[in-house]
Amino acid sequence: MAASILQLQQVSKNYTLRGVTIPVLRDISFEIETGATAAIVGPSGSGKTTLLGLCAGLDQCSDGTVLLNEIALNGLSEDELAQVRNAHVGFIFQNFQLLPTLTALENVMVPMELHGVRDASGMAIELLEKVGLASRAAHYPSQLSGGEQQRVSLARAFANKPKILFADEPTGNLDAETGQLVEELLFQLNREAGTTLVLVTHDLDLAAKTQRIIHIKGGRIH
Amino acid sequence: MAWRDSRKSRSRLFLFIASIVLGIASLVAMYSFNANLKRDIDDQAAGLIGADLELESRRKPSEAALAFVDSLIGLSEDHAREERFVSMARFPKANGSRLVQVRALSGAFPFYGTLETVPVEGALHFGQEQSVLVDKTLMLQFGAEVQDTLQLGVSDFSISGSLINSPGQTAFSGAMAPTVYVPLRYLEGTGLQQVGSRIEYRYYFKFPQGFRVDDLVKQLDDRLEELQLQSATIASTKESAGRSFSDVADFMGLVGFIALLLGCIGVSSAVHIYVREKLVTVAILRCLGTSARQAFFIFLVQIAGIGLAGGILGALLGTMIQYFLPLVMQDFLPVALSSQVSWPAIVQGVGLGMVISILFALVPLVAVRHISPLNTLRVNEETAPSWKDPLRWWIYSLIVVFVVVFARWQLRDWMQTFFFMLGIAFTFALLYGVAKGFVYLIRRHFPSKWPYLWRQGLANLYRPHNQTLVLLVSIGLGTAFIATLFFVQDMLLERVSMASSNNQANMVLFDIQTGQKDSVKHLTLDAGLPVMQEVPIVTMQIAAINGHTMADIRSDSTSELSQRAFRGEIRATYRDSLFESEKITDGKWIGEVMQGDTGQVSLEKRYAERIGVQVGDRLLLNVQGVTVPAIVSSFREVDWNRFQTNFRLVFAKGTIDQAPQFHVLMTRINSESESAAFQQLIVSRFPNISVLDLNMILEVLDSLLEKIGFVIQFIGGFSILTGLVVLIASVMISKYQRIRENVLLRTLGASRRQILVITLCEYLFLGVLASFTGIMLAVLGSSLLAVFVFETSFIPPMGGVLLLVLSVSALTVFIGVINSLSILRQSPLEVLRKE
Repeated sequence: MAASILQLQQVSKNYTLRGVTIPVLRDISFEIETGATAAIVGPSGSGKTTLLGLCAGLDQCSDGTVLLNEIALNGLSEDELAQVRNAHVGFIFQNFQLLPTLTALENVMVPMELHGVRDASGMAIELLEKVGLASRAAHYPSQLSGGEQQRVSLARAFANKPKILFADEPTGNLDAETGQLVEELLFQLNREAGTTLVLVTHDLDLAAKTQRIIHIKGGRIH
Repeated sequence: MAWRDSRKSRSRLFLFIASIVLGIASLVAMYSFNANLKRDIDDQAAGLIGADLELESRRKPSEAALAFVDSLIGLSEDHAREERFVSMARFPKANGSRLVQVRALSGAFPFYGTLETVPVEGALHFGQEQSVLVDKTLMLQFGAEVQDTLQLGVSDFSISGSLINSPGQTAFSGAMAPTVYVPLRYLEGTGLQQVGSRIEYRYYFKFPQGFRVDDLVKQLDDRLEELQLQSATIASTKESAGRSFSDVADFMGLVGFIALLLGCIGVSSAVHIYVREKLVTVAILRCLGTSARQAFFIFLVQIAGIGLAGGILGALLGTMIQYFLPLVMQDFLPVALSSQVSWPAIVQGVGLGMVISILFALVPLVAVRHISPLNTLRVNEETAPSWKDPLRWWIYSLIVVFVVVFARWQLRDWMQTFFFMLGIAFTFALLYGVAKGFVYLIRRHFPSKWPYLWRQGLANLYRPHNQTLVLLVSIGLGTAFIATLFFVQDMLLERVSMASSNNQANMVLFDIQTGQKDSVKHLTLDAGLPVMQEVPIVTMQIAAINGHTMADIRSDSTSELSQRAFRGEIRATYRDSLFESEKITDGKWIGEVMQGDTGQVSLEKRYAERIGVQVGDRLLLNVQGVTVPAIVSSFREVDWNRFQTNFRLVFAKGTIDQAPQFHVLMTRINSESESAAFQQLIVSRFPNISVLDLNMILEVLDSLLEKIGFVIQFIGGFSILTGLVVLIASVMISKYQRIRENVLLRTLGASRRQILVITLCEYLFLGVLASFTGIMLAVLGSSLLAVFVFETSFIPPMGGVLLLVLSVSALTVFIGVINSLSILRQSPLEVLRKE
């Protein structure tokens, strides 16, 4: 059996608003094996995105343990978390989250440049070719369509050869046809790179394409 | 709608307006200062002159002039007489001496205002006994006390009071030679009225109430000119004092205006970003049926409201600042300055704030009309090219008209307005050009081999939404301002201190009588000091040029000769060779003439041009009653910057050698103690001789420049502070854009250090480029000032330049980094959720 790349043990997350503690996630435990694909599904406000943020090291849990590639994320400083994200994690967001002041090529280069990779430009061009956007390398995000922006975002997510990829509603902002294209690209690149994929979605058809579905409701796994 | 829409952005809108608050404040402060000063001069003008009428002659008045003065005495209620000149005063107790201005008075002057002394009795009993009133700074310098002795010439006087204030006196008027009031009847006993003594003769009159003194002066104008008497009345003093200070206030107003223009650029840039952020809001409004015109007005109302708030705030701040101005300016003012709220100044400030913020915000605001409702579906920041919009060109024209009209109003002269506009346009164009050129160059020759963080920092300067242009203009202009002040101050001091270097003379002894000449020379040599120059001086007046007298020229309107040639006393010399500081430009230098030949004289070129004399012209000179003819043999160019005697008229030897004369001797002293000892020696042996020490002049000039520099820096500070506010506002506004960018970088794994380095690089490049450009502008401006105003050479002090570049860059980086620190504290998830 393959080793786990992500382990959550009794994870809880609370927010405090005007002195009142609001529990968002309660007692969450699961494991994801290396190379596996999984989907977190649930209704709006169920805590899906919060869970994704905890798994990806974007936020800290209130209780419990999160182990990413055998690194305990609890108690790490923001800089240490940034290092973990840069070395092991790739992201795809519903709103694409490209840097508006950088061209498509520069956006893909960012994770590699932060990591000190040489020839980041050559590798970024290759990635853009894989998503079919090499000809749009010099364009700024505002000059690209939504589908094109998400494909640039896909290329960026794979730039540092991450061990695990987190995708938050990757097709949520796209029409059906473009969404389909992005889905196919996502799974294809994931297969080729052998990356673990965890996605958050409302779309049960998309979730069905993963090996495992984690249902979440009211902050708990069902 | 405008109110509702502004709810979430009011704090940010306020940032825009912070840029104009200081400009408005400086203008309101200056207008209020000007209004208060005008009122104070009006109220205190009588105390400035001390009499209803003052007549002044720079040479011993003729019999006719004295008879004229007597005729006025007949009309007056009271009168007074003064003889004013510089001489040495000795303080026996402190065993020290110093050059002072002697004001020998008879009569009850001043008739208006008072001589303020400590004790009060000093002024009350002045003139009754052989006592003097001594300037308080002079008393302090020599540790003198009332009842101590002061030696003037060969007479001893008792000090009866320390002089605190006198009519028309400012803290700086006596800096070079502090005042000593002496009863006129005791002046003769001092032996100071000798050949060559440069005495000003003044007559003061008090007329009965209701006497129309200005009408009288108008009637007597020709007669006064004929008698070479200059007049001043309360009204003319009021006018001239008001004029000179209103020039100062106008200059300050212009500095404030530059600060305001700088702020406006900040407003324009901030509104540009604001409009871009409102793209979706406007698109939604358009979808809901709002017309382009309505959308435009929603934002115009917001800007007008904020402009009004900025104007009010600026006016309040300006009104507060004007209460501090008397503290800064009082040393230069001859009247006690009062501070009162000036409502016209406040109304002007508030109006100006509103008009100017609307005008400059209109440029980016017109883009609102072109925002398509399609942006609700997909944000497209590209609109039609702005230069195609005719409204935009109208706005640009309006801005130019506004700036020209404002500058004209401030300067009251079209030529000055033209040069001011030219200077402003050149400065802005240069800074704009440098910013654009720099962006072009880094794009074209991007250093792709640099480390990533440096590249990212550098690239931020040309990427979309960059602030390079506005920051470069604001920081560059501020730096140019400080650097020019610094350079000019340095240039003036350098010019004087250079004169004291290179073993040149640094002490001058003047008023030496012919009989004292040899003794003074021996005394100097015995003291171990060199005699570097010994020059005879003969006083004279021009009586005729080519046979034409002043009366002929006055009646001949076609004459190219100036009446000025005949006015005032000329101090000339004779010698057989030129000095190093002189160069013949026209004609031929003639060093000696034989007995019986017509005299030859060389004129300083610019003086000759001013009075309209040509080489070959024949002058008839009145040398203390004896007429001497002379032919203009040549024109000389003279380097007046050297600390040595230079003359407008230099006669060939053999022309005026026998005329009554006095002498000047120049030497070089090496230390303060040597200077004091030598001055003591001279004053004790030859009390009529005055000594001028270049080092003392340097010290006085240094302190004077320091004070003037402080005033200018205080005023210029508004521009610099505005530059800083624009910088802070621009950085804070761009921070809203940067938050998302930096959080994304954090999400992708950038460490805190990496983001800090990127920010640091960006602001370092900006700071260095802006400060360097500003300094280049200052070097250019200072070089022009050096050539055309100060007539000297200018080499920028490299140490100072480097320090300025470093300080301005460090400040820019500091503000940039400090503002970005809060971004680093944001959790990535929090910000991403807001999307």
